[in-house]
Amino acid sequence: MTLQKKDKTGALIGLAAAAALLILVVVLENTLSPTSQLFVVLKKGAVYSLVAVSMNLLNGFTGLFSLGQAGFMLLGAYTYAILTVPVAAKDQVYYLFGGSAVKFSLPDLFGGLNTPTGLILGVILAILLAGCVAALFAWLIGLPVLRLKSDYLAIATLGFAEIIRAVFQWQALGPVTNGANMITQIPTFNNFNITDANGAVILRLSTFFPFLIAILCIAVIVMLINSSYGRAFKAIREDEIAAEAMGINLAKHKMLSFCISSFFAGVGGALFAMFVNNAQAKVYTSTMTYEILLIVVIGGIGSISGSCLATFLYVACAEWWLRFLDSATTFASPTAPNRIAFMVIFAVVVIGGSALLIHRERRGSNQVWKQTLVGLVAILLLGWLAWFAATGELTLPLLRTGFRMVAFSIIIMVVVLFFRQGMLGDKEFSDILFARRRNAGKEATK
Amino acid sequence: MEFFISTLLFGISVGGQYALIAIGYTMVYGILRLINFAHGDVFMVAGLLGIYLNTFLAAYLPPALVIPVMLLLVLILTVALGFCIERVAYKPLRTAPRMSVMISAIGVSYLLQNTATYITGGQPMIYPAIPFLSDTITVAGTSIKWVVILTPFLVVALVLLLTQLINNTKIGMAMRAVAKDFETSQLMGIKINSVISTTFVIGSALAAVGSMLYFTTYSSVVPTVGSMPGLKAFVAAVFGGIGSIPGAVIGAFLIGICENFVKILPFEGATTFVDAFTFALLIIILVFKPTGLFGEKATDKV
Repeated sequence: MTLQKKDKTGALIGLAAAAALLILVVVLENTLSPTSQLFVVLKKGAVYSLVAVSMNLLNGFTGLFSLGQAGFMLLGAYTYAILTVPVAAKDQVYYLFGGSAVKFSLPDLFGGLNTPTGLILGVILAILLAGCVAALFAWLIGLPVLRLKSDYLAIATLGFAEIIRAVFQWQALGPVTNGANMITQIPTFNNFNITDANGAVILRLSTFFPFLIAILCIAVIVMLINSSYGRAFKAIREDEIAAEAMGINLAKHKMLSFCISSFFAGVGGALFAMFVNNAQAKVYTSTMTYEILLIVVIGGIGSISGSCLATFLYVACAEWWLRFLDSATTFASPTAPNRIAFMVIFAVVVIGGSALLIHRERRGSNQVWKQTLVGLVAILLLGWLAWFAATGELTLPLLRTGFRMVAFSIIIMVVVLFFRQGMLGDKEFSDILFARRRNAGKEATK
Repeated sequence: MEFFISTLLFGISVGGQYALIAIGYTMVYGILRLINFAHGDVFMVAGLLGIYLNTFLAAYLPPALVIPVMLLLVLILTVALGFCIERVAYKPLRTAPRMSVMISAIGVSYLLQNTATYITGGQPMIYPAIPFLSDTITVAGTSIKWVVILTPFLVVALVLLLTQLINNTKIGMAMRAVAKDFETSQLMGIKINSVISTTFVIGSALAAVGSMLYFTTYSSVVPTVGSMPGLKAFVAAVFGGIGSIPGAVIGAFLIGICENFVKILPFEGATTFVDAFTFALLIIILVFKPTGLFGEKATDKV
């Protein structure tokens, strides 16, 4: 009884939060300048969070360590692109191969990209088919590889992704996949902006659309995880042999999890193709899978909200907040606000970081030299800051193209090594928010 | 026929280079049960070190000494890198679940690649020509570099040396013991940390030698150059039975040769399938004989 009630309120809160988020996105998009970097972050974040959650379903909830996510995204992206290039544009896109072998286009079947039905039905049908194709391939590849254990499964799925990538770049398949060239002119997020007769935008929905799809898909995954299937997945993760002894059909559930995860990775791939305006096989490398895996780890393996949160943080850092690391920065005038902000942030990071490290060491083993080392480095860095404050002008060292990614990978290594649980561990955001109330409830039922 | 022979020779040579990398994978896997994803990138860093040290040393040393000193320094620095990676990224996670260690390995790989991109600016760098190895000779009507002919001999010699080390020395015995049973060997007084470090040192040293041979054949070094040979070497290690050194070497030679023959298959775009072939082979092996050619039958402990 209490369980049911809790679930119902939880679902209501989730629904309300999702609706609020969607409204917020629409409002933001129609008030702020559409060229703001914020929208790139939001769009890419929505796409990546869907893929990260789908990977979490497999890696975090079922305990199957798969590294094939980029391969399934590629399948989704290509399915979407092949099915939605307008018929009129096919000769231009496939000019190297004398036109496409796929003679129809889904939006055109429903009246073309310029009509609302053609756009919405065509695109959504193409996205669903993208997921289905990915799931179908997952089923085929799952038949042999799902019997494998942890790291063998990882390397087999990684290999599968590489095979898919090679096949899609094969020139002989050119009339369908456009060979190694990209498929362009596909409907993108911007097609969802509502325009008047003159082409001026009335209502921007280009960020709303990926959010809507991602939220719907993530909601389905959450419901799945809370269902009896989800409990079976978790049982398999905890102990395969015990799960089998409890009467869970291992092969069936593993396959189910693998196919569903791939379905959503395929949907994510289709959205990614919409985000980057094209589909090109060479983008979907194993590096992309690693990126998504690292997002899942940062958010906490086995936490849906953690994955979403981590995705937006990751994308925002990569695309926006850490951009300044990629170009040389000089603080000339001593009173520039940037300069003061930099000094404050630098001091806080150095003092906070060293305090945290020293505290950690004290709690652990009794090694004085490590504390001294951390202290010395901190004092040196602060000394550099003081010298900089005294002399005035400074060009920050090391900053040039590529430094952003170095800083980024160092942050990731720190997370992997020192905060192994990730941001939320295997808890959900709502668990932390309502932890106190729930504990109180537990006491009462006792 | 000439074409056939030169393809075969190239295949054997590439196979030898994969073998040197594969040994690093198979030894680490044998002891830690960890796929060391960073190993391919250690190989790449060894290549970059060679390039930078060559330009750096040319300013201070007589020309005749530059290459030997460079090769020696590359070996030492790569070994140091492998050692540091193990100490910093894997040792703190010794009691953690295997997945965390693997993720840490992926993180290290990401870090090494990004650092290499930052330092090189993403431009392809050209590996210096090593005298004698880079010279060409004519075999069966085609001109090939000496390195192609010498690689298999060097590999076989190194592998024999390594087998001797593992079978007949104290540290080799310790390695075998740790690979057999991690915890019991600890109880028997084996310092597992030093054994694991030794494994990483040997693996990195062989990867450094591999990089010298590989980049003498294909001289362009980019930050992602290590990932593909790394993965292929891992496939070779699985093919031969992971944990088995002779298995890894034979697997590597077979993959190198097959790969070069796939390249010349008479259909359009056969080169696109070189990498795909290797992975298809991997999946087939994993499905039909997961323990590989020489692997031991693993039993799950409940």
